[in-house]
Parts: sequence; structure tokens; C-alpha cells
Amino acid sequence: MPEPFVRTTSRVIAIPRANIDTDQICPARFLKITDKAGLADALFFDWRFTPDGKRREPVSFIDEPHNAGRQILLVGDNFGAGSSREHAPWALRAWGIRAIFSTGFADIFRGNALKNALLPIVVTPDRYAALTALQAADPDGEWTVDLEAQKATLPDGESFAFEIDPFARKMILAGTDEIGYVRSNLPAIEAWEAAHPARVDTARA
Amino acid sequence: MAEKPRTLFEKIWDDHVVSSDPGAPAILAIDLHLVHEVTSPQAFTGLRERGLKVRRPGQTVATADHSIPTLDPSLPILDELAAKQLRQIEENCREFGIPFYGKGSPTRGIVHVIGPELGLTQPGMTIVCGDSHTATHGAFGALAFGIGTSEIEMVLATQTLLQRKPKTFRVQIDGRLGPGVGAKDIILALIARIGIGGGTGHVIEYTGEAIRALSMEERMTVCNMSIEAGARAGLIAPDETTFAYLKGRKFAPHGAAWDEAVARWRKLPTDEGATYDRTVTIDGQALEPMVTYGNNPGMGISVTGRIPSLTDVEPAARADLEHALAYMGLQPGASIAGQKLDVVFIGSCTNGRIEDLRAAASVLRGRRVAAGLRVLVVPGSQQVKKQAEAEGLDDVFTAAGAEWRESGCSMCIAMNGDQLEPGQYGISTSNRNFEGRQGKGGRTFLASPITAAASAIAGVVTDPRTLKPTATSVDVAHSTAVETH
Repeated sequence: MPEPFVRTTSRVIAIPRANIDTDQICPARFLKITDKAGLADALFFDWRFTPDGKRREPVSFIDEPHNAGRQILLVGDNFGAGSSREHAPWALRAWGIRAIFSTGFADIFRGNALKNALLPIVVTPDRYAALTALQAADPDGEWTVDLEAQKATLPDGESFAFEIDPFARKMILAGTDEIGYVRSNLPAIEAWEAAHPARVDTARA
Repeated sequence: MAEKPRTLFEKIWDDHVVSSDPGAPAILAIDLHLVHEVTSPQAFTGLRERGLKVRRPGQTVATADHSIPTLDPSLPILDELAAKQLRQIEENCREFGIPFYGKGSPTRGIVHVIGPELGLTQPGMTIVCGDSHTATHGAFGALAFGIGTSEIEMVLATQTLLQRKPKTFRVQIDGRLGPGVGAKDIILALIARIGIGGGTGHVIEYTGEAIRALSMEERMTVCNMSIEAGARAGLIAPDETTFAYLKGRKFAPHGAAWDEAVARWRKLPTDEGATYDRTVTIDGQALEPMVTYGNNPGMGISVTGRIPSLTDVEPAARADLEHALAYMGLQPGASIAGQKLDVVFIGSCTNGRIEDLRAAASVLRGRRVAAGLRVLVVPGSQQVKKQAEAEGLDDVFTAAGAEWRESGCSMCIAMNGDQLEPGQYGISTSNRNFEGRQGKGGRTFLASPITAAASAIAGVVTDPRTLKPTATSVDVAHSTAVETH
């Protein structure tokens, strides 16, 4: 069960590349686990290590000491494209990321992120350009992401509102997940099932 | 008063909404849940922790496809992690009462290949799986989409999902496809046109003369890669082709139930006058065989084309193109045809069905693959494998110098030991050319089965229409006998 999440203040890591797919975020060979352990090390693994397993020279941004502990990403459009693997948000969360700003997210990634209290925050292309310039000019500036107020605050004190799925917001603020909510609707599910006989029986011999 | 005209998607959606509280996503009933070994273990752990059962085991089915080796099944699985994952799915299915097609089962295979071939996939259904290529099943006019592991746990526990209603997107493919052009080329051309995020937030419905003319297996190829355009799902309205494919399959309705089902399915196609949020039209006649050159499936061009130069794209996209071409080791402006290859992979949920193997075999029959090239042919399921062997296709492949394997996802996702080595070039009938997708440092060209097979003979990326016929092979340029048109 996730912990409640309300707001965070952190420096930002910018990755100015579009279409970062979930194979980059967490390569498939790390999907052989049967739990969620060790995924922080898998994050962006092939960007950090050569195919023969040596740390790249110079080290990837993710391994630069000054980026350790940063909780906010600023990334190009369509982040999280491709595979539905929830290992991608698990790896981001395990590494410490709590919020991601982009002009767009792939649908499945966005849903998976919200279920793990990782905030996918969509901004306009103009806002993205401004944020990128701001982060480049002040790479160690601290930004605040406030889920409760649905507001981001920048180092210069400027702030802007962001949209987020209102239902997911409630779940994340409360530190709960959706299964309890759906199970509280079991009578409606039972009524639907009674009116709609199963289309297949996979257990049929 | 007449009802408002609805699209195929809207009819399926409306039929499955259990309830929708204001401020909450709809609770959507799920008719069929497909499960595999890689994305499910943590979901079963979650169920155990909550003390819950699987609500509808009879609407759930599991198989092993992603991490399973495609070598001789009597060999032990040497990868400890994969072996553990494969044991785990078997134990989870036993504990929770879920039918499981595992190692040794004659109906095991890639989850998106076995659903249709067993007749589990039917029009009008909602189908989910912890795999983004679940869109494949949309070929039957089912609403089918990939989900994450938290959602797998939700479906196991409740047989429903919380969903916001996506928008609708019609993709119309007019006209007839030319020789050597098939379903894979349609979808690669679409993704090249709208981009890999072009369908985000939408469910695509494929319509038009070229789509109607496709077989069920070809329709599956098109719908399969809807996710590579970013779409939530891809659908094709059911028709006589759909019904003929399904009739008599194991889990399809039989007898009076069949007639009742077909009558229901005939009401599914989009109503006259229904509208879509977005429409794109493509001239099918103008399509050519497609090949990708970059690091995502949207970076596709005609096999006769040239790799873009930095000045061919928007300034904002230049850095990404430069990065992609550097990864691929390709020169801007060079012809894609003639690029050297180390490996050819024919298989996957995109192109691992019997018609795909027949198409590849029609090109390889009586020919030899280029010296030094590794060619791997991996059937999509054990049933596909059996059928191919009954037709002698395995002999065609091995006589040509290709490897013939057990079924599975294999080199599409490179989790089972089948992979590109760092720096190698592979032409692949699979769905993703992401960096490292087919093996660390591997470089992928995506293409159709006949383009891949023609390239296997030449050892370089090859336009299948340029192959000279042999005594036993098919002349792709002048024949309609190639199964992919």
C-alpha cells in the first residue's frame, strides 16, 4: 500500500529528449524479477553502462553525484512510450523520482505512474520551453510540486497550476489504491455480471 | 426518437460500463483477461497480501511466452531468474485456479497469438493483458488494451478496471495494396505519418477498402502495432472474414449460441452518421514496403527511400534524429536498401502467425540465406509450429539455412537468450526498434515478413519486389500468390 504523498521540493534533472520509451527507462532483461526489488539500479541502465557492463565515461547524468536525490524530472514529449511494464514507474520511484514534467505522456505509462504516486504533469510546449531554459540557467534551483494545491512553484517564486486526474489525486493524497474503491462497488459489478453472462469459459475442458 | 449513431468503440464501451460515479473513472467490466509470466507475479503477490481470490478464473487464461526459451523444450532452463518466473506463473495459476498453457502444452504460445487461435478472442468483448500489444485482439472488433501490473491485480480481484473514456480516431486505408505490400507496411506507414505519440488518448478504428480486404491474421498485424502509434487500442469492425475465422474454434460459441452470437456481432459496426474525434486517410495503392531506420517505430520509410537528413526534419526534432542515426550507425541521406545485416528475425505477436510464415517461406523456398547471416524463424505458438511443420515450411526454412524454433516472444524482447549482440544489425518482423530492445546495443530495422525474407537472401535490406524468381519461389513483383498480397 503506498504512503500518502502531498508535496515535494527538489532540484530537477532535465532530459531534453522526446519519446523516451520504457525500454530505456527499464530494459526488458530486468523484468525477470518476481518482486519489485533492485529496480533503482535498473533505471536507464543502458544509458549508464556499456553493453559489456562498464560504467560509461563520462558517467551518465543519472550517475553524476550532484543529481543524486533529485525527485523531479523535466523530459521531452511522449515520455514512457512503448511497453506497458509497470517496472518503469517502479524503477523511477525506487530511484527517488516523484514528479515528471513533460508536454505529454504515453497513456499506459501515465496510468501506471499515477498508481505508484509518481506524478505525470503535462505542461504546454511554451511552458516546457520556459522550464527547460529556467533549469538550464539555474540547474540547482529547487522546485516545489504541491499535489494538494495542484501547483508548481519555481525558484524565483513564480507558480503555476497543473491538471491531474482528480480521482488519482484523491487516491495519492490519501495514500490508498483503487482496489478498495472498486470493491466497495461490488453490488454494481454483481448486477452487471447477472445481466451479462460470461462470453467465454476458459476453464471449459 | 432515433438513437444517436455510435462508433464500434462506443458500443463496446457503453455495453461494459458497470457504473460511473461523478468525479471517478468508469468501472469497466472485462470479459477476458490474458496473463503471462513477466508482468503478473507482483499482482498475484498483491492478491495474497489482501487475502483476495481471483474473481473470475473462468474468464482468465495464462501462458508462458516472454522469458521462455525457444530451444528444445527438454533442455533445462539455464537462466535462473527466467526459470523462477516460469515456475511462479505455474504455481500462481494452480493456487488461484487459472487455466494455464505452459511448457509442454500443445496450445502454448504468445499470448496474442493463442487468444485468437483458440477462439477466446471474440467481437464486442473487452480484453486486457499486462502487455501493450493486447491491441492485437482489436482485429476482431474487441476493445483490447495493455495494462500495468497494478491493473492486472485489479482485474484479477474484481474483473473490472477503472478507465477514463478515450477519444475516437478513424484511420481509413483506401484502395488496394500493390504487390509486395502488406499489413505490416500499412501500419508502419501510419506510424511514420502520425508519429509514435500520434494516437495518444485515442482508440483507433481502421476502416476502408484495403482493411476490408485483409485476412484476420493481417488485421491482427495492423491492430497489434496501434500501441506503436501511441493509441490505447486499435479496432476493426467484425465482418464475414471475422466470422469465418472464428467458426469452429475451441472457445467460440457453437450451435444455437453461434447463431445468436453472430446476430449480436452484426450490430457492432459503426453506425451510419457516427462521428470520430479525428480522421486520417491513407491511399493504400500508393504504399510501398516499409522499413524503419531509427530508434522508434515512427522512423519508417519506403524500402526504396533514403534515410532523412537533419535538414529534412523540424529543427526541434534534429537532435533526436542525430542521436538515432548515431545509435544506428547510419548516414543521413543514404539509401535504406543495401544496409548490411547480421541477423534476421521472423516471428513475434506482430508477424509470427501461419500466414506470416507462409509468406516468408514463399520467398525462401529454393533459396539460401546469405553467408554469415543468422536467420531465426520463431513461430507464434505451438499450434502455428505444428501447422507450419505439416505444410513443410520448417524444411523450407532449414534448407535455406535458417533456424527453426519453439514458439515464444524470443528476439522481439530478447528476454530468453535470443538476442542481437552489441552493434549487430537485425531486420525484424517484430514491433519495436527501441535502443537495446532486441539485445544490448543491437540495431533493429522493422519490416514485413517478405521484406525480411528477401533481405535474408541478399544479406542486406532488400526490396522484396526486386528478387528474381527461381524455379520454386514466388515472384513477389508480379504475383498475388504471396500471402501478404
